[in-house]
Amino acid sequence: MSDTSYIKRPNRPLQVYAVIFLVVLYTPVLFIPLFSFNDSIYVTFPLTGFTTKWYAELWTRAPVWNALMNSVKVGLSVAVLSTLLGVVAAKAITRHRLPGKSAVVTFIMMPLVIPGIIFGVALLVLMSRMGVSLSLYTVSIGHLIVCLPFAVATLLPRFEGFDPSMEEASADLGENGWWTFWRVTMPMVFPGVVASLMLTFTISFDEFIMAFFLTGTDPTLPMYIWGQLRFPQEFPSILALASLILFVSFFMVFLAQWLGRRGLDEDI
Amino acid sequence: MTSSDAYISIRNVDKYFGTFQAIDDISMDIAEGEFFSLLGASGCGKTTLLRMLAGFESCSSGEIYIDGQPTSDIPPHRREVNMVFQSYAIFPHLNVADNIAYGLRKQKLPRAKRQEMIDEMLDLIALPGYGKRRANELSGGQRQRIALARALILRPKVLLLDEPLGALDKQLREQMQLELRALQRQVGITFVFVTHDQEEAMTLSDRIAVMAGGRVLQLDTPLGLYENPKSRDIANFIGNMNFFRGVVRRDGSREGAIDVEGLGVIPVPLEQLTRPDGAPVQVALRPEKFTITPDEPETAPRVAGKVRDSAYLGERSHFYIEIPDKEEPVAVSSPNLTRNDRKLAEARTGKPIWLSFSPESIVILDAE
Ligand SMILES: Nc1ncnc2c1ncn2[C@@H]1O[C@H](COP(=O)(O)OP(=O)(O)OP(=O)(O)O)[C@@H](O)[C@H]1O
Ligand SMILES: [Mg+2]
Repeated sequence: MSDTSYIKRPNRPLQVYAVIFLVVLYTPVLFIPLFSFNDSIYVTFPLTGFTTKWYAELWTRAPVWNALMNSVKVGLSVAVLSTLLGVVAAKAITRHRLPGKSAVVTFIMMPLVIPGIIFGVALLVLMSRMGVSLSLYTVSIGHLIVCLPFAVATLLPRFEGFDPSMEEASADLGENGWWTFWRVTMPMVFPGVVASLMLTFTISFDEFIMAFFLTGTDPTLPMYIWGQLRFPQEFPSILALASLILFVSFFMVFLAQWLGRRGLDEDI
Repeated sequence: MTSSDAYISIRNVDKYFGTFQAIDDISMDIAEGEFFSLLGASGCGKTTLLRMLAGFESCSSGEIYIDGQPTSDIPPHRREVNMVFQSYAIFPHLNVADNIAYGLRKQKLPRAKRQEMIDEMLDLIALPGYGKRRANELSGGQRQRIALARALILRPKVLLLDEPLGALDKQLREQMQLELRALQRQVGITFVFVTHDQEEAMTLSDRIAVMAGGRVLQLDTPLGLYENPKSRDIANFIGNMNFFRGVVRRDGSREGAIDVEGLGVIPVPLEQLTRPDGAPVQVALRPEKFTITPDEPETAPRVAGKVRDSAYLGERSHFYIEIPDKEEPVAVSSPNLTRNDRKLAEARTGKPIWLSFSPESIVILDAE
């Protein structure tokens, strides 16, 4: 017998499974960066040569920059708002006696399982009934609904993970609720807040369905990509753009995951 | 104690959690500078009462006065009462110095003064030079002292301590008990100390409130609790006790007496004997109040018995002695004053022996 413990011992079938899982999941995605460096406007094998001209072309195109700025604007405001609401919700859920607590949590998490198209249509109907014209604001409202469950899900474990007597100790030492929040609660949940900001920004940045229904004249980046798919000669630059988005999203999500988990296992 | 020199005055306080009554009509007074303990088994409401003093729980009815002021409307952060939590609640994102200085923000002290106060506290808790350490680099005993310093630096009028030594091993706990007591004398702050360890309460406290089921069973000095317990529960909770059934005898003369099963008639001064003639009582007697002799002693009361069991414990020996007319054996604790006493302990099993005691050492309780 090796000296590894029962639960930690290597498990060959599980490793094989994990590899297959990842290959199936990511192979299609990897074609996008692959073809974005291909010196041809046709997405077919064999590859014809290496080039970065699609990226260069992207750089000079004003509408791309425009769409990017729109997405960043929406992403930032959605990230800040949903994280703010997430903090309030997580604090209320963990720190106050809330009647029907589990029902509240379920409702907050609901958008995760309700198809985006339903929310999109519903919001579209609501907006037009109320006479609100579609703009980046309406997109942001849609994204807020999509992002809030992720913010709460990221923050809740941080709030649950620390002893409420920390906050009581702060009150006991003379700080009121406001100062206690900034001097104790916030520093303790801070990694979760950063994780939530990054995660919700990424989700909003990549989101398509809500944007599809709720965008006015200013397209977000995914909407711009969707629009360009009709023109075959634009396709390689779209691939280049998609690759960039892919890379940044991966990076952000990994960072968010790492931050969100950091310190949770330490004794606090 | 009169309520005029009471510093904390708890008046008819009840606490309900839903329909569950955690505190049941408690009234008591705590004097300034006193080391006051709340002693009781797990779940009897000690923490709840302490949290009410700190302001984390409200009174369902009744009122708590601190320094003559009713406290119902004062939130925790405005009470001049500080607490050392059972879990210590040291802030993990701050170092030791910032933990200790946490409550000083509002005083807006100049830097040097603040540092001076921190250093003073670190000296007081015997951790000089620990200011830069992080909270997770501390042992349990050190955390406990940091929690203490963090509260003491604010010079509170009252310090509340919720089983602060509960998490420590025996040796460290005994050391910390001595330090706590010395510290309390040094700073002169009123301590309200929660524990479920009766020895700890006895060692540290000026007075102890023994609690059970949300009530205070008896409030007394350690000596009073030990020598004059008011009920069988208290007597059993603190130390060991022998109980005997008895009947009051007062025949009109100046002297009263109690007819005690197994021990005969014991004279009792009338002023101790509030009960009428013929009333059933319980007589309680601590194991160490008996004297064991191999031969019949001159003094009365005395009784002959047989050693059923004995145990040698070094500085003292324990005996279980059967006496006529009593079912359970009498527990007796006898100091081993000479080496021969030990031999006595060993040799005496199954042998006849004499027990004697002073009539003043009996405690008279209500019959069961
Ligand atoms: N917030 C609460 N809600 C409901 N019941 C509570 C609450 N806090 C305490 N209780 C109940 O009140 C009773 C007294 O609790 P408390 O914490 O005061 O006990 P304790 O004497 O401190 O016990 P321990 O020695 O175990 O700490 C317990 O039965 C407990 O279940
Ligand atoms: Mg407790």
